[in-house]
Amino acid sequence: MEMHLPRRRLPYLLPHLLPSQLALPPRSLLPLCPQTRSIPIPPMALRAIASRKTLAALGSGLRAQARLATTAAAAAASRGLVTFSLPDLPYDYGALEPAVSAEIMQLHHQKHHQSYVTNYNKALEQLEDAVARDDAPAVVKLQSAIKFNGGGHINHSIFWKNLAPIHEGGGEPPKGSLGWAIDADFGSWEAFVQKMNAEGAALQGSGWVWLGLDKEFKKLVVETTANQDPLVTKGANLVPLIGIDVWEHAYYLQYKNAKPDYLKNIWKVIDWKYASEVYEKECR
Amino acid sequence: MGSFSLHSSCLAKPTLRWSNDCFQNLNSLKLSALQRRPNFHSRKASKVLAFYGLKSPPYKLDALEPYMSKRLLETHWGEHQRGYVEGLNKELEKNDILYGYTLDELVKVTYNNGSPLPEFNNAAQVWNHDFFWESMQPGGGGMPELGLLQQIEKDFGSFTNFKEKFIEAALSLFGSGWVWLVLKRREKRLEVVKTSNAVNPIVWDDIPLISLDVWEHAYYQDYKNDRGKYVNAFMNHLVSWHVVTARIIRAEAFVNLGEPKIPVA
Repeated sequence: MEMHLPRRRLPYLLPHLLPSQLALPPRSLLPLCPQTRSIPIPPMALRAIASRKTLAALGSGLRAQARLATTAAAAAASRGLVTFSLPDLPYDYGALEPAVSAEIMQLHHQKHHQSYVTNYNKALEQLEDAVARDDAPAVVKLQSAIKFNGGGHINHSIFWKNLAPIHEGGGEPPKGSLGWAIDADFGSWEAFVQKMNAEGAALQGSGWVWLGLDKEFKKLVVETTANQDPLVTKGANLVPLIGIDVWEHAYYLQYKNAKPDYLKNIWKVIDWKYASEVYEKECR
Repeated sequence: MGSFSLHSSCLAKPTLRWSNDCFQNLNSLKLSALQRRPNFHSRKASKVLAFYGLKSPPYKLDALEPYMSKRLLETHWGEHQRGYVEGLNKELEKNDILYGYTLDELVKVTYNNGSPLPEFNNAAQVWNHDFFWESMQPGGGGMPELGLLQQIEKDFGSFTNFKEKFIEAALSLFGSGWVWLVLKRREKRLEVVKTSNAVNPIVWDDIPLISLDVWEHAYYQDYKNDRGKYVNAFMNHLVSWHVVTARIIRAEAFVNLGEPKIPVA
């Protein structure tokens, strides 16, 4: 799959020099050159750089945006504009069959999530320009695009971490403190799953159904959000643990109209490692 | 779309013009048709309450190929819209309070000025989908003519400008919703309006002329992620300008769009 280097800006020390006036080094050295535009790196090379381990090390519990662990990205972050990139899936597209088909996983990741990332970066760039020229109406107008695309990126990044193939632990209910908390707050595991599915089925239009942790009261809650709104829009103290995408694109090709069937089956591939980590971190 | 209900009570009372003796004599040859029914004596109240029905599109389900496949229409009309109709009927069965409205009136009443009742989603989606099927035709697309074209040019500058605005609205709609070409009653002009989920312009007393479903289920099977291709296919090949002309002619009875341009000899 195509990966794009994060775009880097010119260093602020040289504002008067146009990109064309700077000498371009040979292409092989381009990743280290300051004015590189997004250049696709072959996937194999990228995989070598950003292996699963580095991704896992990077992806801390709360920060939902996954960034590639390249020196280029680190350099970009320290300089001007920060750009986000599509996180890699830690499993194959076909690994979640038969609960979620490979076709859906591929489209969902490569087309939908990628477009959220691309449009989020675009919106952030436009935002920076608008702020620079003191254009308040433009800044306000961009907020909905940022909320939608940024929310889409955040939500889907959490979603991929919430899923795992059955042979890697997908579908097993949580053990430990999170498992006890679910029993305490919902009565039983079955009651919790039932509640999530009911809320998901009742949601009209597009949205997400979440298991969230209320940081303030240390209680678990089931919430829904519309469109791509992240869980924080429902409460500043809410931390997302498990999210299930109930947009039609998440299940349509396989389940068509039968959203309840999708909700019933997806529990077979829901993985609780990430959720347990976040929960333990918040409830220390 | 009318509303009708079959109450079991009208089946239970046979209309008899002769005396009570005959009524008790079951072997009489003059049994009325109702008495001859097989379940007449068991006479359990067979509650068949249907308020609204599923209306077929005005063309066969494969007529919109290749822009909208038969498979998509079968799922979209046969499963989604049927689900909305059945859901609506089930909700209305619960009590009598919403009995007797036409579908238009039901949509406006359940919208409740912004705090919609639970029946609104199903009612509005039934209405929206009926409107949507009628807005399309096989061999559609092209350009509107005469008065409608003049009105579009007056309100949007040019037909191309209107088309761009419509497509842009469809692409910038986040989530699920509908895009409409609407005749605004108060402003007396045409506008492109986008609504989310099931909302539709009749709740604001405006007159819709075209509707486009941009819920993902409307295009996912054919176009997958590519909403732009779907909207372009709709605009160029599916939208029925005949129907839109008929709608705006009817709308002109309610909204004064100015003097008609009658050529003077």
